[in-house]
Amino acid sequence: MEPAVTSGARIGDRPRPKKNYLNETKGFKSWALTVDHKRIGIMYLVGTMIAFLLGGIFALLVRLTLLTPQHTMFGIQVTAETYNRFFTLHGAIMVFLFIIPSIPGSVTNFVLPLMIGAKDVAFPRINLASFYLWVVGAIMAVASMVIGAVDTGWTFYTPYSTSGTSSTVTLMTAAVFVLGFSSIFTGLNFIATVHKLRAPGMGWFDMPLFVWGMYSTAVIQVLATPVLGITLVLLMMERVFRIGIFDSRIGGDPVLFQHFFWFYSHPAVYIMILPGLAIISELIPTFSRKTMFGYRAIAYSSVSLALLSFIVWGHHMFVAGQSQLATVVFSALTFLVAIPSGVKVFNWLTTMYKGNISLEAPMLYAISFLMLFAIGGLTGIFLGTLSTDVHLTDTYFVVAHFHYVMMGSTVTAFIGGLHYWWPKMTGRMYSEKWARWAAVLWFIGFNATFLPQFILGSRGMPRRYYNYLDQFQPLHAFSTVGSWIIGLSLFMSAAYLLASLRKPMDAPDNPWGGTTMEWQTSSPPITHNFEEAPVLEHEPYDYRPKAVAH
Amino acid sequence: MSTSSTSDVHAHGGHGEHEHNPHHQHHFATMEQQFDTSKLGMWLFLATEILLFGGLFVGFGLMQHRYPREFVEAHEHLKQLVFGQHFPLYGALNTIVLLVSSWTMVMGVNAAQTNQKQKTVRYLVLTILLACVFLVVKYVEYEHKFADHLLPGIFYGHQAEDLIKGTHGYATFFSFYFMMTGLHGIHVLVGIGLLGWLVMRARRGEFSSDYYTPVDLVGLYWHIVDMIWIYLFPLYYLIS
Amino acid sequence: MSTHTESHTHHGGPKIYTANLFALLFLTIITVAAASFNFGSANVVIALAIASVKAILVGLFFMHLIWDKPVNAIVIIAGFLFLGIFLMFDFLDVTTRDGMQPRNMPVMENATPVPDTMNPLKAAPPKPLEPAPAAPEEHK
Repeated sequence: MEPAVTSGARIGDRPRPKKNYLNETKGFKSWALTVDHKRIGIMYLVGTMIAFLLGGIFALLVRLTLLTPQHTMFGIQVTAETYNRFFTLHGAIMVFLFIIPSIPGSVTNFVLPLMIGAKDVAFPRINLASFYLWVVGAIMAVASMVIGAVDTGWTFYTPYSTSGTSSTVTLMTAAVFVLGFSSIFTGLNFIATVHKLRAPGMGWFDMPLFVWGMYSTAVIQVLATPVLGITLVLLMMERVFRIGIFDSRIGGDPVLFQHFFWFYSHPAVYIMILPGLAIISELIPTFSRKTMFGYRAIAYSSVSLALLSFIVWGHHMFVAGQSQLATVVFSALTFLVAIPSGVKVFNWLTTMYKGNISLEAPMLYAISFLMLFAIGGLTGIFLGTLSTDVHLTDTYFVVAHFHYVMMGSTVTAFIGGLHYWWPKMTGRMYSEKWARWAAVLWFIGFNATFLPQFILGSRGMPRRYYNYLDQFQPLHAFSTVGSWIIGLSLFMSAAYLLASLRKPMDAPDNPWGGTTMEWQTSSPPITHNFEEAPVLEHEPYDYRPKAVAH
Repeated sequence: MSTSSTSDVHAHGGHGEHEHNPHHQHHFATMEQQFDTSKLGMWLFLATEILLFGGLFVGFGLMQHRYPREFVEAHEHLKQLVFGQHFPLYGALNTIVLLVSSWTMVMGVNAAQTNQKQKTVRYLVLTILLACVFLVVKYVEYEHKFADHLLPGIFYGHQAEDLIKGTHGYATFFSFYFMMTGLHGIHVLVGIGLLGWLVMRARRGEFSSDYYTPVDLVGLYWHIVDMIWIYLFPLYYLIS
Repeated sequence: MSTHTESHTHHGGPKIYTANLFALLFLTIITVAAASFNFGSANVVIALAIASVKAILVGLFFMHLIWDKPVNAIVIIAGFLFLGIFLMFDFLDVTTRDGMQPRNMPVMENATPVPDTMNPLKAAPPKPLEPAPAAPEEHK
């Protein structure tokens, strides 16, 4: 794979530096007290992967319970309370411990400074602090699970969460509060980094689109998360001191909780999807060997998604008791927010058209993404339309929709990005053969699990129910088997990725022929990222043929 | 990335870095870039404070819409009898105290910027004293509420009368009163801690025209604390 | 080597800060005085307007926004803007409840109206709550 561009550094010819960020300093303290964004990224990767595993185990338990209509698992009865805990913990762990922190904390932390030619993020110590806040929040969340696992659903709706349940709501909301600050610090850091630490000559429209996507994500993190913080404080106050804001028996309004909660949580789902979209914007031009079509359109669409995400939250509350006028307004605005996503998909497809496409594992995930995101995004429109939402809300249709966007899109992109930047982060190539099989299994398993759920939902299967009418069993069983295929694919990926770590560090600087700045340094990079100051010599994603040697 | 790179991003201070400022962090090309970035970081944090407190303001506003009569009546409890008139004495006093403390703070930043070590310390100490006055006045206010059993949530002591009137509005008002002034008070306390830390560093001569970033950043924090009170004061003490 | 003294010490200064303080104190007197008049529903608007002028003065002069690069001002304005969005949509909901009724469902004409007991805005006084724990000895 000949790199198509040149730069001040000689790629491939340059001898591999003996010391890199992984081996330059050793010992527990050198990692625990590191301020190197690359090491922090690795620690975040390990942490969020453990959270993903934990959340996945709860998902498997949910699907196992639903294998039969009588909520038994291996012959044991699963009580309603236990089932409530299963899906609550699955949701809370996945949302707060995995999806929101994972891409920003791991991939972005590692790659973003390299992409803009910086030595580190703007505030390295705050970066480390945000990681430790994640750890503390994770410990608190796990503790709350052990002491008396929450059963309110990850949405903590009142009045059940304030006055109905005796589970450890207070501890879990405190954990989420801490995790929120981790998210805020990460976002704050990236905004300052992008504004101030770009390499000389790199204007806003010379940056990789990944940076645009992560900047947009960071804006949401900074502006939306504090409202989650105050919502959780109010929830705790209501639960402990009965202040009378959310519980109607003491003068409050439960719909107010939903307004407070969704004002954060809707932008939060864009915190989840924008990083995935950002990764795809890197994979598509590289593996199509073609300049990105519509660079500015994609950049602007990232920012518009971030801003528009703040004005649609009421679409989670169409049947909650919101006023009719507010409902209609939110529905109309929800149609608006679909437009930037469409803009991106069309620009990616146009980039691929007549490109020189190669189907390595990252590209297989990117292509899966295009199909799964299309389905996820379009089904969101069904839910944004009032007349259909009245029937589909709180059914499995919603569950399928958000899994298509959160898992079928974000996690797919995450796995693709992990493979793409694996040689840069670890200095090793993974086994391409195994990776392609795992990618195919992932696509099959994901669709097997969640496509039937659209059908289940439209036929009336409610969400968060532990039993169901017999006629739904074939689809539920199919879905459960699909979940095992997903598990197998992920297990395979973990296995060959970890196995690659035992190979010698022999990955080239630029295995994929990428044009962004991170490929100008060694794999893995030295601690200070670049031996010589990187110089921006071409437009972003410039794959035009040019004379090679300098 | 060498600091003497050919393309200097910032046109100021183009006469190269001959002395090395001990506070210069190496991922920044120049001290100016570092200072500007630190300020941006602080402004981003302050935006989160606006949204954090803002959530409480929104909740207060919505509850006030729900219980307009009760909230207006409850406001009277925040006024004191001054020369025979009902006047928000403690509230107004605290507003003036905080405004003056904002002035002493920015004068302190100015003194640090202009290499006036004694003045810096003096203004910072004055700011701390004014902040303490604020907290004392707040304590006196709270004492009166405790005496009248006007307390938040489960500690509210007038449930029986409220039941006769058939409303929770009064209890909700006081819950919000304590939450908002309480959270604000916690921020004042944290501010006092930060200011104390600055005083220690200032006395050691750590600040000068070359490096006064911590003073500037704590100053920004302090001004936001003042700004939040600027909005809190009319909504709680002046509506009638 | 100082790199920013040239640009920053020429900004601000004790005279401007002191003038700003007097402006803020003056506005405080105005807002307290205005509160003794009743402008009806404009009371809150006037109070918040004066408070906003004070906040802007603090931001522009004490916090240096008038001399800083615009990005800092944009950040804090964004904070207020999105807070405003939150407030506006919530008020839109809360003030229009019981407003629009669906008109395309004829069965509504024969439907049982929502009884007042189920309407939280018209409900009878709620049942007594449990007594507050550790209640003080005497009640007013």
